Amino acid sequence: MAGSSDETDTRLDGNAAAGLLADIFRCEPSMAVLVCSGCGAVGPMGSLLAYGLEMGAILRCPVCDTAVLRAGAAGNWLYVDLRGAVSVRVEIGE
Amino acid sequence: MAGTALSGRLSWQLASVVAKHNETPRVITLRLASEVWPEHLPGQHVDVRLTAEDGYQAQRSYSIASAPAPGSLELTVEEIADGEVSPYLSEELRPADQLEMRGPIGGYFTWTEADGGPLLLVAGGSGIAPLMSMLRYRAAAGSDIPATLLYSSRSWEEIIYREELDRMSGDAGLRIVHTLTRSHPDDWDGYTRRIDTEMLEAVTSSLAANQLAYICGPTQLVENVANDLVGLGYPPARVKTERFGPSGG
Amino acid sequence: MAGNFISRGFRGRRREDAATAGRVPPGQYVTPDFPVLSAGPTPRPNMAAWDFAITGAVGAPRRWSWEEFRALPAETVTVDIHCVTKWSKLDTTWEGVSVDTLLADVKTAGGWVTAFSDGGYTTNLPLADLTGGKAWVAYAYGGEPLAPEHGGPARLLVPHLYFWKSAKWVRGLNVMTQDRPGFWESLGYHDYGDPWREQRYQGD
Repeated sequence: MAGSSDETDTRLDGNAAAGLLADIFRCEPSMAVLVCSGCGAVGPMGSLLAYGLEMGAILRCPVCDTAVLRAGAAGNWLYVDLRGAVSVRVEIGE
Repeated sequence: MAGTALSGRLSWQLASVVAKHNETPRVITLRLASEVWPEHLPGQHVDVRLTAEDGYQAQRSYSIASAPAPGSLELTVEEIADGEVSPYLSEELRPADQLEMRGPIGGYFTWTEADGGPLLLVAGGSGIAPLMSMLRYRAAAGSDIPATLLYSSRSWEEIIYREELDRMSGDAGLRIVHTLTRSHPDDWDGYTRRIDTEMLEAVTSSLAANQLAYICGPTQLVENVANDLVGLGYPPARVKTERFGPSGG
Repeated sequence: MAGNFISRGFRGRRREDAATAGRVPPGQYVTPDFPVLSAGPTPRPNMAAWDFAITGAVGAPRRWSWEEFRALPAETVTVDIHCVTKWSKLDTTWEGVSVDTLLADVKTAGGWVTAFSDGGYTTNLPLADLTGGKAWVAYAYGGEPLAPEHGGPARLLVPHLYFWKSAKWVRGLNVMTQDRPGFWESLGYHDYGDPWREQRYQGD
C-alpha cells in the first residue's frame, strides 16, 4: 500500500474515474487491468490512486506513484495518455 | 446480473425521485426510479450531475445504498455545510423531480456471494452506504457467509441506518461493532475512539483467516485502516478501498 | 456536455455580487474557499537539497539554494486568481520573488518556458508572460509560509492566466526556442490559458 501523508485527503480510488473514462472503454472500465511502466505492478484500474478528478483523472500506481493513466476532460474532448502503462487489458465476450 | 452491470455503454440518464427521508439530522436517503436502471452490484456508485439554467454544472459520485433491484435504487447523502451538490439533494430536491445520473459504476469495490468470505466491512460516517448495499443484498440472498461490520460514527445519533443495523445484528453470522468518536450515551459500553490496529485486531481475532475486507469513508480513515490491516497480515489484494475524499462524500 | 436537462431549482454555490462583477472572467464564480487540486501526492523535498534553477537556452544555468532564494529581494502582491474548474478567488495575498529578479542577468533568444516541479508536473508559458511584473515564485500566502497542499515550499504565481499555469512545488524554469505542451496541455488544456478569453481547452 502506498504510504500515507498528511495531505492524502484529496486522493480517491480509481473507481471514481470510471464514469469519466467510460467514453474510451467500451464497457465500464474499473476492472480493466493495467501494468505499471514504472515498477511492473499489475492491478485493476479500481486499485489505482486517483488524483486531479476536477480536470480529468490521473491514476497512479499504489506501489510507485507512476501516473499509469492520465486523462484530461477538455470540453468536448476526452484525452487519454496511457504511456505510463505497459499494457491495458479488458475482458471481452461473455 | 454481472453482465448487465459491467458491460454496456455508460451514459447519462434521468431518474425520478420517488421518496426522500432523513436517516440522521444531516443525512438523507433518496429513493429513485428509472425504467432502464439495471440491477447494480453491491458496492457500485453513480455519478450525479446537476445543471443550472445558465448551463453551469456540478457533478458528484454517490454510492448506491440499496440491494440490487431492477428499476430502483437508493442513494444516501450526507449534507456538507456550504457544499455544492449535497445541500441541493438534501433540501431542494423533492419527489417527482428528476435527477440526471450515470451508472452503475465500479466493478472493483463490489461484493457478491460468489466472491466468498468471511467479510470484514469497515465504515466511517457516510462510508456505510456501499457496505449497506452489500449487507442488504446478503440478507436478501439468505447468505450465511460470516460478516463483521466495524462502523465509526461521531455520535450515537449520527449512526446511519442505526435501527436497521440493530435488527440485522446477529442474523446469520453478522456481527456489528460500533465505535463513537466524539460523544456517546452515558450507558454506552462500546468503543469510544478512532479505529486503530488494536481495535481491528480485537474485532477480527475471532474470525477465520482469509477475510475479504472492504473499507469505505473519509480518505484518511480508509488509508489508516488499510495500512493497519496490511500490517496485520492481510494480503493487499484482499483489502479493497473506496475513498470518499476529505469531506466524506 | 450535451443534454438539455435542467435541474429544477439548482444554482450551485455561486454568489453574484455587483462589487466584484468586473473582476470575474466569463464562466467563473467567486469562492471564499481555496480548493486544493493536485495531479499527484504532495512532494516533501529535502530543503537542504532544494534549489531553483533557470535552465535551457540561457547560456550558463542559474541556480539558487533555499537560503539564497530567500535572500533575494521579495514583494508582497495582492491578486485575483482564476481556476479552469470555474472558481475565482479575489484579493489573494502572496509573498515571493519576482520572476524578473530571477531573470535579471539572463540573456536568451528563447521565447518559451516550461516550468517544472517536484513530482514531475510541468506547464508551458511564453517567456513574455513571466516578465514585466506579471509573475512570481511565491513562498508565502496570506502572511503564512505556503502550505504543502497549496504548493509549498514555493510555487509559480502567474495570476493573469488560469491557475494550473501557477505550478505548485516549482523547481525551475526551462527556457526554450519553441513551445512545448506541459502536463495538462498535453491532455487537452489550452497552451496559453487566458481566463478573459475563456481559453480553457485546446482549440478555444
